[in-house]
Amino acid sequence: MTDLILQFQGISKAFFGVPVLKGIDLDVERGTTVGLVGENGAGKSTLMNILGGVVPATAGRMLLNGEIFEPGDPRQADAAGIAFIHQELNLFTNLSIAENFFISDFPTMGRVPLLNRRDLNHRAREYLAMVDLHVSPDMPVERLAPGERQLVEVAKALSLDARIIIFDEPTTSLTARETDRLFELIGRLHEDGKTILYISHILGDVMRLSDAIAVLRDGNLVASGPREEFTIDRMISSMVGRDIGNLYPERSAAPTEDLMLEVRNLSKAGISHQINLKLHKGEVLGVFGLMGSGRSELAQIIFGLEDFDEGEVLINGVAADKLSPTRNIRGGMAFVTENRREEGLMMEATVADNLTIAALPNYTSRIVKRVRNSGLATAVKETVEILTIKVNDAFKNEVKGLSGGNQQKVVLGKWLMTEPSILIIDEPTRGVDVGAKYEIYEIIDQIAARGTAVLFISSEIEELTGMCDRIMVMGQGEVLGTFDRADFDTEAILRTAFREHVA
Amino acid sequence: MTAAAQPQPSAMDRALLLGRRVLMSEYLILYLCIAMFVGLYLISPTVATPRNITNLLSNMWPLLVIAVGQTFVLIIAGIDLSQGAVVSLASVVGAAFVAQSANPIVFRKSPLWDVMLFQDGAILHDSVLGIPVAILAMLAVGLLIGAFNGVAVAFARIPPFMVTLVTSMFVAALAIYLVKSENIIDLPDEFALIGDDFGFFSIAMVIAIGVAVVAHLVLSRSIFGRWLYGIGNNPRAAVVSGVPVKKVIVATYVFSSFCAAAASIIYTARVQQGRPTLGEPLLLDIIAAVVIGGTSLAGGRGKIIWTVFGVIFLVLLGNALSLLNVPYFYIAIVKGSVILFAALLDVVRRRLALQQV
Repeated sequence: MTDLILQFQGISKAFFGVPVLKGIDLDVERGTTVGLVGENGAGKSTLMNILGGVVPATAGRMLLNGEIFEPGDPRQADAAGIAFIHQELNLFTNLSIAENFFISDFPTMGRVPLLNRRDLNHRAREYLAMVDLHVSPDMPVERLAPGERQLVEVAKALSLDARIIIFDEPTTSLTARETDRLFELIGRLHEDGKTILYISHILGDVMRLSDAIAVLRDGNLVASGPREEFTIDRMISSMVGRDIGNLYPERSAAPTEDLMLEVRNLSKAGISHQINLKLHKGEVLGVFGLMGSGRSELAQIIFGLEDFDEGEVLINGVAADKLSPTRNIRGGMAFVTENRREEGLMMEATVADNLTIAALPNYTSRIVKRVRNSGLATAVKETVEILTIKVNDAFKNEVKGLSGGNQQKVVLGKWLMTEPSILIIDEPTRGVDVGAKYEIYEIIDQIAARGTAVLFISSEIEELTGMCDRIMVMGQGEVLGTFDRADFDTEAILRTAFREHVA
Repeated sequence: MTAAAQPQPSAMDRALLLGRRVLMSEYLILYLCIAMFVGLYLISPTVATPRNITNLLSNMWPLLVIAVGQTFVLIIAGIDLSQGAVVSLASVVGAAFVAQSANPIVFRKSPLWDVMLFQDGAILHDSVLGIPVAILAMLAVGLLIGAFNGVAVAFARIPPFMVTLVTSMFVAALAIYLVKSENIIDLPDEFALIGDDFGFFSIAMVIAIGVAVVAHLVLSRSIFGRWLYGIGNNPRAAVVSGVPVKKVIVATYVFSSFCAAAASIIYTARVQQGRPTLGEPLLLDIIAAVVIGGTSLAGGRGKIIWTVFGVIFLVLLGNALSLLNVPYFYIAIVKGSVILFAALLDVVRRRLALQQV
C-alpha cells in the first residue's frame, strides 16, 4: 500500500493561450525523493510554481494528503508545509541569517512590537545546526558563499516546518564540495521523512538522489517510475524525444599549425602565474580547472577586461602592447563570457540589438557613422536561422523572454557576426538543456572547422574531452599540465587538477 | 489567436481595444496635448490666438534644445542636473563679450570689471566678431563642463547624480560670482534677433529643429545611437562587446552640456541680458518634459520624438495654467501631479506591454 502525500491530477497551464503544461498526472509518495527532469521550457518550473502557489493552474487539481490543495499565493503554500528553494535564491543579502529566517514572522517581546533578538538568534542557531552550518546567525547573508546561502535557504524551509521541499537547480552556482555538502543534507532530510522534489539538468545527480524519476517534455509527462527503471540514456532520450547517439558531434576538421594566439609568461599577482599557451588556427583548446583555478581570469586578461603585471600576449604573432576589448574585437577576437545575464546580454533589448552590438562597426559607413540597417537585418536573419534561435520576431522580442539555451545561442551569434579568428568561450553550456547543448557543440565544431581558433573554458570535464583537440589543466593560477586528444583520460586530468589538494 | 476565439467582438470590446491601442501608442502624449489644447480652447479661446501660439512656440524651442541633451544622458542611465547652471554661466559669459555698456556702480566689484567689462561696453562690443565669439564662448562653456561631468562619471566612476549635482552648484555659484549677482544688460540688437519672433518663424526654431533632427538621426541611424542604448541597458555587456563605453559616456555628457549652452543662447537673446540665474528654474521642466515623453530614468529607452511630445505637453500645460490665472504655488502642485501621473502611466503601459507578449 502506498501513502501518497501529493497528487497532481490533470494539471494544465497556459500563458497567453500558449499551453505550457498539458494535463500532468503525477503521484508522489510520502518520504520519497522525486527527480524531475526535462529540457528548458519543458514545464518543470511551471509545475513547481503551481505547487508553490506562485501561479494558479488553468485546469486540473492537486491533492495534498488526499485533500484538495489550491494555494492562492506562496504564503499559503508555506503554511501547508511546502518549501520552494529557488534557482535564484530568495534571500535578503543585506539582512542577517536570523532576520532572513523570521522575515515573515519576527519573534517579538511579548506584545511589544519590538524584536526579541535573543529569541531570534537562539532559534536561528537551532535551524542552522540542523543543516550543519556553523556560523553566527548575526552574519549578513551577503558574506556567505553561494553554497552556504543554499543551506540557509534549506534551514529557512525547516524553520517553517516544511514537509515537501522543492529544489530547483540547486547546484548551478555551487562548487563540488558545496554540492557534496548539499547532497549529504538532502540525504539527511530524506531519512527524516521529508518529501523532496529535485529538479536538475545534471542527470547523474538526479540518479544519485532520487527514489523515483519523472520526465517532462513539452508540457507532457513522458516517463515516470522508480529510479531502477531508468538509466541516464533513457532519461535523455525521453527528454528530447529521440535517441541522442552521441553527446558530442564528430569533429569535422583537424587543427592546423598556424599560430593565432600565444601567451608568454603571463603573470598577475595573486591571480595568474607564468602562464604559457599556444592556440592554433582551427584548434579547440580546452581549459579545465576547478573553482578558483584562474581559468576565467585568464580569459578576462587575454580579452583585455583585466590588466596583468608581466608577460606578453601575441595575437596573430603581434605582441599587443595594450589589451582592450575594443581593440581585441577589431583584431578578430571574441569572448563568450561565463555570466550571460551580467556580461553577455542586454536582457531588455531585442534579440536583434543583442546580436548586432559587437559587429556594428562592420556595418557602419566611414564618415557619418551611419548604420546600414538593411545589411544588418539580413545578417541578423541569417544568424537566427543558422543557429536556430527560437524567437518569433528577432527585431521585436526581448532576449529576456528566451530560454537559457536560446539566450546562449544569442551570445554565440553576437560573436559569430563579427567573424572572429579567435573565439574564447567560458562555460558555454551552463544552465542549458541537453538538446541545446548538442547544438552549441555543433556550432563550436563548425566555427573551428572554418579556421577559427577556439579557447574552450569549462568545469565540465566530459564536454572538454568530447570537443577539444588539447586540454590545458589549470590550478591556482598556474598551468598544471596539457593533454593531447590521444591521451585524454578523465581521471588523469582530474588528478592533475587536484594536484595541489592531494599533495 | 485571440481574434479567432472571439469571432464577433462587441462594441464594448472594440472600445476597450481602441482604448488599449491609444494607451499603448507612441503618440499617446501627442494625443493628450491635442486633447488639452482643445479642452483649453473651449474654456479660454485665447489659447488659439496667433499671439499665444507664437508665445507657445517660442517657449518650446529652447526647452526642446536642452531636453534633447538630457534625453541622451537618460538613455545611458545617467542624469545631468547641471544643465540649468550651464545655461546661467553661458549666459553671463556670452554677455560679457558683447554688452554695449556696463554700469561701473553695479559691476565695480565684479572680477570681470576692467578685464572683460568696461564702462563703454564689453571687450568685443564694437567688433564685428563680437557676436560669433560670444556664441562660441558660450558653447565652449558647455563643452568644458560637459567634459568634466563625463570624465568624472566615466573614469572616476562617481555616480552621475553626485557629479552633476556638484558641478551644478559650482557652476551656478561661479556664474553669480562673476557678475556679483547682477544682470549684464544692454546686449546688442543683433544678438537679441536670435530670440525674436517673425510670425511663427524664429531663428530659435531653426536651431531647435536642427538640433532635434540631428539628435534623432544620431539615435536612430548611427552606431553611436546603438551604443547609447546598449550602455543604458547593460554597461558591462557593452564593455565586453567592444563598445568604447568610457568615450561614449564622455561624449554624451559633453553633448548634454552643449545643448544646455545652445539653449542658453536662445534664452539669453530672449531676455537680452546675461543673467546669472537664468537657468535656475529650468531643471524640473527639463527632466519632466523628457520623462513625460516616455524616456526611462532607468536607461536603455528613449526617443527624440518622445521628448518633442513631452516638451509640447509641458509648455502647453504651463500656458494653460497661466491662461487660467492659476496662482504660482498651485502651478507647482499641478506640475508635480502631472509628472507623477506620467510616471504612473509609464508603469501601466509597461505592464500592458508585458501582457501582450
